[in-house]
Formats: sequence, C-alpha cells, structure tokens
Amino acid sequence: GEEEKDGQQEEQLFSIIADIQKKITDAFEVFDHECNKTVDVREIGTIIRSLGCCPSEGDLHDMLAEVEEEEPTGYIRLEKFLPMMTKVLMERRYRPVPEDVLLRAFEVLDANKCGHLTKEELVKYMTEEGEPFTQEEMEEMLSAAVDPETNTVRYRDYITMMVVDES
Amino acid sequence: GGSPQSGRARLAYKNVLRAAVLIQRWYRRYVARLEMRRRCTWRIFQSIEYSCEQDQIKLHNFFSYLMDHFTPSSSKERDFISRMLTEEESYKDTEVEKLCDYESVEVPDSYTGPHLSFPLLPDHATALLEAFKQKQQLHARYVLKLLHETRKHLMQLPNINHISTCYSEEITVCGDLHGRLDDLFLIFYKNGLPSPEKSYVFNGDFVDRGKQSVEILIILFAFLLVYPKEVHLNRGNHEDHMVNLRYGFTKEVMQKYKVHGKKILKMLQNVFCWLPLATLIDQKVLILHGGVSDMTDLELLAKIQRHKVQTLPGLRKTRHTREKGRHMDSQAINGEGPVGVDPPRSSSFPGSCLQPGPASTASMASRMELAQRVRQSVQEELENCRRQVEFSETPGDKELSCVSSVTVTESELESCETSESSQEEWKQIVDILWSDPMPQEGCKMNTVRGGGCYFGPDVTEKILQKHSLQFLIRSHECKQEGYEFCHNRKVLTIFSASNYYEIGSNRGAYVKLGPDLIPHFVQYQANKTAHTLTMRQRISRVEESAFRALREKLFAHTSDLICAFKSYDQDETGTIPLSDWATAVESVLQLGLPWRMLRPQLVCSTAGGRLEYKSWLDDLAVEQRSQEHIQSSLLETIYRNRSNLETIFRIIDSDHSGLISFEEFHQTWKLFSSHMNIELTDDGINDLARSIDFNKDGNIDFNEFLEAFRLLEHSHCDKKAAELLPTPPIRHSSCKSPG
Repeated sequence: GEEEKDGQQEEQLFSIIADIQKKITDAFEVFDHECNKTVDVREIGTIIRSLGCCPSEGDLHDMLAEVEEEEPTGYIRLEKFLPMMTKVLMERRYRPVPEDVLLRAFEVLDANKCGHLTKEELVKYMTEEGEPFTQEEMEEMLSAAVDPETNTVRYRDYITMMVVDES
Repeated sequence: GGSPQSGRARLAYKNVLRAAVLIQRWYRRYVARLEMRRRCTWRIFQSIEYSCEQDQIKLHNFFSYLMDHFTPSSSKERDFISRMLTEEESYKDTEVEKLCDYESVEVPDSYTGPHLSFPLLPDHATALLEAFKQKQQLHARYVLKLLHETRKHLMQLPNINHISTCYSEEITVCGDLHGRLDDLFLIFYKNGLPSPEKSYVFNGDFVDRGKQSVEILIILFAFLLVYPKEVHLNRGNHEDHMVNLRYGFTKEVMQKYKVHGKKILKMLQNVFCWLPLATLIDQKVLILHGGVSDMTDLELLAKIQRHKVQTLPGLRKTRHTREKGRHMDSQAINGEGPVGVDPPRSSSFPGSCLQPGPASTASMASRMELAQRVRQSVQEELENCRRQVEFSETPGDKELSCVSSVTVTESELESCETSESSQEEWKQIVDILWSDPMPQEGCKMNTVRGGGCYFGPDVTEKILQKHSLQFLIRSHECKQEGYEFCHNRKVLTIFSASNYYEIGSNRGAYVKLGPDLIPHFVQYQANKTAHTLTMRQRISRVEESAFRALREKLFAHTSDLICAFKSYDQDETGTIPLSDWATAVESVLQLGLPWRMLRPQLVCSTAGGRLEYKSWLDDLAVEQRSQEHIQSSLLETIYRNRSNLETIFRIIDSDHSGLISFEEFHQTWKLFSSHMNIELTDDGINDLARSIDFNKDGNIDFNEFLEAFRLLEHSHCDKKAAELLPTPPIRHSSCKSPG
C-alpha cells in the first residue's frame, strides 16, 4: 500500500542519486591525471560545465569556495567535490541558457537592431563588459562567429549553428 | 543623480551587462564541453591503441609457450611449427654479404629514380629528398646497398653515443615519426637539413603505422652516412621485425618491393639490431626511446652486445632458450613450476620487473599472481590447440609426448649456460625501449604494453643523480602538443608525428638544445586541412574517427555484451537502465573509459532512461557488416581478433609473398580458433576457404581474404575502393561459437 509506494520511491531516488554520482565521478576522472582522485583547480570549471551546468564565473567562484581546502593546494579532491556537485545537479542549479533567451541577449547588444553585430562591437562587449573574455577565448569565438564575407556576426545564424552542433 | 534619463541609462547599462554575462557564460560552457569531448576522444584512441599492443603480447606469449612445450610428433607438425617460428641466427659478415647480394640486382634502363653511389655525398641525400617529394621510389639495389653500408657504420658505434654541443651549437632532437614523411619534410623545412652546423638526434620509432616508413628510413640512413658526426639514431621499440609484422612496416615493404622485399626485410633485421640504444649530450642529457626502470644500469648497457637482441617482447626464437624450456616441461604441465624466475620468453610477462628489488611484498605478490594467471590461460590454450590441430597423415601419433626428439648439441648447451646473463641484458634493453613514466612513485610492470615498466619520479631522480644527469628525453607516447614534461620537468617526452590518430588529433614537435641545455620547442601540424578547421571542426572530425573505432570494438564483443546486459535484465524486459549500460560495457571491454561521458554519442534512442539493448547492438552490426551471409558471431570474432589473425597469417607466410597453401590456411585457422577459444568445424573452415579464390596452385591469397572481410586498415581514399570489392558467395558456415 502506501508504505510500499514510499519504499519504491525511495529506491528510485537512491538509484537516481547513485547514477548522478557515477556521472560526476566519470567526468572527474577524465581530468584526474595522477589517478589519485584529485584534479587541478583550473579544470573544475570544465568538469562542472560538461555535467550540464552553465554557471557564470561568479557562480563558479562560489562553488569552488565550497570545495577548496582550507589551505588551497591547487588541487580539488573528489571527496569534497562529489557531495557539492550532487547537490547542484539534484537541485538543478545553473541551468543552461535556452536558445530564445540567448537570442534576446544578443539583441540587447545589437543597439541598432540590424540583426547583426560588427566584429568590433562583439569584441568590445565580450572583452570589456560582464566577465571579460581572455584574448584566446575572443579569438576562438570570432573564428566561428564572424561571417568572413561581411565581417559581421549574424548572431541568429551563429546561435543556430552552435546549438545544432551541441546536439 | 536621480533623473529619469540617468535611471534609464543605468537600467540599459545593467541590461547590457546581464546580456554580456549571459553570452559569456553560454560560450564558456560550449568551450568546456568541447574540451571534455576532446579529452574523451584522446582517451578512446589511447586505450584502443594500448589494448592492441596487449593483444600482440598475448599472441607472442602463446607462441613462445607453444614453441617450448609443443613437441611435434609428425614431420608435418614439425615443419608447420618450425616454419612459423623460424630460427634467429645472428648473421656473420660473410653471411650478410651473401644475404644482401645487391650486386646481382640489376637496375633497368627504364628506372627514373635516383641513383646512389658510395661513399654517399650530400648531393645524394638531397636528391633522395627531391625524389621522394616527387613520389619516386628508390631502386631495391640501392636500398640494399644503403642498408649494407648503414649496418657497417652502425656496427662501429657504441651502445650509448656521447655527443657534445660544442661542435655544433645546437642539437635538434626528434621523437617518433612512424612513417609520416610529411612531418620529416616539415621538420627539415622549418629547422634545416642535417649538416656540419646542424646536428640531429632521431629518437626511434621511424617505422610502422604511417605509410612512408621506407622513405623515412632511407632518408635517415642516407644522412647518417653523409654526416656521421652530426646525425644520431636511437633504436625504438618499433625497430623490431616482430612488431613490424603487426603494425604495417612489413606490409609496406612488400607492397613497394615485390621482388626484393624479402631480402630487404631480412637485411633490415640486421640493421635494426645494430641501432644504438641511447644518446648522451654533454654527459648531462640522456636521450632514449621509452624510459628507464629501477634496474637500469647505464654501465651495463654500455657494455652489452646489443645486436644479439633482435626482437623484444614475447617471442625469442633462439635455440638455447627452447632447450631450457624443455626442462620446465613437466613442471609447467602440472601447473607447478618456478614463478618469478623465468627465462624471458616463457609464459610470464616479458620484460617484467620480476627480480626482487626494493619492491613491496604486495607488488611482488601481484606480479606472481599475474604470471600464474598468464601461465594458466596459455596452458589452457595449448590444451585446446593440441585437441584441435590434428594431422590426418599420421593417425597413430595422437599422443604428444613431453620428451623431445631433438638432440642437444654442445654449442646449444653452452648457450644454455649463458642464458641468465643474456636474460638480464635483454631486460635492460626492453626497459629502455618500452617503459613509460607514471606520476606515482615506484616502478611496476607495464602491463598495458606488455614490456618494460612504469617508472615513477623517484626512479628518475635516482638515475639522474647516479650518473650526474640533468634530465631525460624520451618519446614513445603521443602527446597532444607534441611534447610534455613530467617528473618535475626532469623527463621530457618529445613526439614528432603530428595528426597521429587522425587529422587534427595532435601536433608534432621537436626540441633544440644549445650549450646551456635549455630546451626550445617548435610545434607543427603537417596537414593544410587541419589549419583551416576551427577548433570545433577539428575536434568533431577526430571525435568521429575515435567513435567509429569504438563502435567497431563494441560490435566485436556483441556476444559478451548481450550476456552482460542480460545479467542486468533479470525480468527479461529486453531493456536495461542507462546507468547499468555503462557498467556492463566497461566490464566487457575493459578499456577504462569514462562511458557515462561517452554515452550521448553512442546511445541515440532511449525510452524512459532505459535502453533496448538488442536493437542497439543490431544497429551497431548494420554499420560493420560487410558480409551479410557470414554468421555474425564469426564476423564478430574476426573483428575482435583481426590484427591477431593478420599477424598469425604473416608469420605463416614466412617468405612474405601474401600466399599460403590451403593446408597452411587450414592449420592456421585451427590454431587461431583454438587460441581465440571458439569452435570451428572443418566445414566451417572449408566454407571460409571456398569464399576465397585460391585456385592458383592451391594457394590462398590471404591479402584478398583479409580485404574481403575488411580486415585491412583503409585510408580514407582506400575506403571507396574497398566498398567496390565483390562479396564472395558462401552457402552456409557451419561454425559454432559460445554465447
């Protein structure tokens, strides 16, 4: 009856948690080069993002603060990372940006509402505002985003291309 | 201020800020996922590469054991086995002359390639470069003469070459080239040709995998002869004819030199074994191909007779070791026998650190356990083999006795006694050619490669201190950026074959050292396409290739996978939870891959978090199947063991003609099937044979056979041709396999 149902639900919950934990461990191990359940702190962002989250740099900072050692060693241990990340995934925090929201963000930057940004505009926004890109990040984005014929960023097409690629 | 305009402006600005952060965070996630994909792709390639190397070792162990304990009871058996495992003889000079015999090779007037005269001049070397750029081929006569002269030169060199930065200001060190001529051209283009002002060290693995190993060897040997003081070559683990059988060099030589290829290959054996083992710069920087072990002794290495070691892990085909093996016959058959003190090529792992050193008892125990397990499995295989391989001509000789009928000569007895020291020498060489560095301290058996060991930073430190060295340079492992430091920058890996796994997979690099011995790196990627691709496109392309290989591997284990999946599907629903999929797949394939990360690329359709495994496997099969009518389990077995199959065939085909007799085919297949643990009836084998056109003097062109089953590796251009191959008819194959 009721108890049985509760029991089943609990079991399901446990197996969901177990699956999440295995996923996190798999992702972690890809960067565990010394095979000792630690990763370089600089790779944590990559791991978190590849698990489906889309945190800002500020969000990342907060998460790191939870898992770093009292005396930062430059390494993060799986022991500390796992519970934090499990909670994040269970609570579905830092969800990815939906396509339409992304489009609106570009439109905000497109002051003239002409459907595209110039290369210079994009560079200015990305390297001077918000959580600025490094030069490397900027160059890499430009290589795919800029339409070589017009030297502009047709952001609608760009988004579509990136989203297709993801799936 | 508080005006509405400034308020609006502030809001507008806030929106811009928010929009920027949104885009940035979205983009950073995109890049992170690409990076994860790239890492996973790399892991896939590496694990498949290393598991192939393991196959090689298992196969060799099997043959070694076979050679030791399988005593032929009929002349047929004896011929078969001995032909398969021909004796190694270290050639004396006079014998080499006879063997080489370039004099008798005529160069026809129609030959338009380069002509070489000896002693070689710099012009000859540059002419060779030009010729190879024009896709010409050097005539066999010149190849043989070149090899002959190279051998003469190498014989004078010590095991460890000492060179100095004071003669030529800078020394350039290159790593694995693996038959990639484009990379060598690129290195010469960027760095300049070898000359009295430009010294080079090439750190082994010149051949195999790539398609222009022959050309690379010719160029390297030519420059070696022209500038003997400036050009230095170290031996790599692929400068070994047994390895070449599996990894493509033997095939390349036979394809390019149909008439004289066999001679060239035999000659090459005698050149490879004379390659020096290491190079030392200014007494401070040690360059060797693989690495070191805790037993590496440079003084011993300098003294040994390196040419005595023709081939390394697994197969030692010398008479004296066979003798020693016989004494162990009865012990081994009964499952007893000394563990931990074995002759190098018996059933224990070759090159293993079996000497009790400063190893902990735990690792000793695991070594012994491993050796015992290998011994057991090989023993089982041998039992199967004995049951399967029957020779109808001698019905009475069913029993195979342990006592050999071969008599022991005095010289054989002599060589028996020296075998212990030669074992140690052999291990010293295997260690420096096959070992890999690891992050943890200590030194343990390199089970992945099956030869040499994994050595930790403490081992490095010890050897550096012992010989007052500054750091080691080694190669042997492909690195994303072409080079990589480890062990606190005391070990440098340099790898010079770009696009090693696939176009865009990695860069190549070389390192330059001046008198200050500070390394300067130059990286490159030898493919125009790779440059024009964006990061995303490059990664996608390499990823595609990796997953293709992985899907093939999955297909090859279909039966085992079904068993594993069924064990998670107790209720027989035909589905399993996705989370169990990963565990099941790892338990079967044992590649150590992050399967949950790879899942989205491998599993397309799931309903409610569960996978219909049967139809998933069927989809995989559709991709792979070239012969609809061949029973899928047989095809699966062929795929799983294809490089073993090819290697076995090549060993049988001792004259490298690509043809084996029908009888040999039959015997080979039985041996193969017993080794691979499947049952195959005579009808099954006959059906297979009939599927190949062997009506030429009872010979089977096994190249056609391998092609027909898509067993040969295809380059992208060959794929089209392969698709056009006719599918041979087969009525039915009556073969059974477990599962």
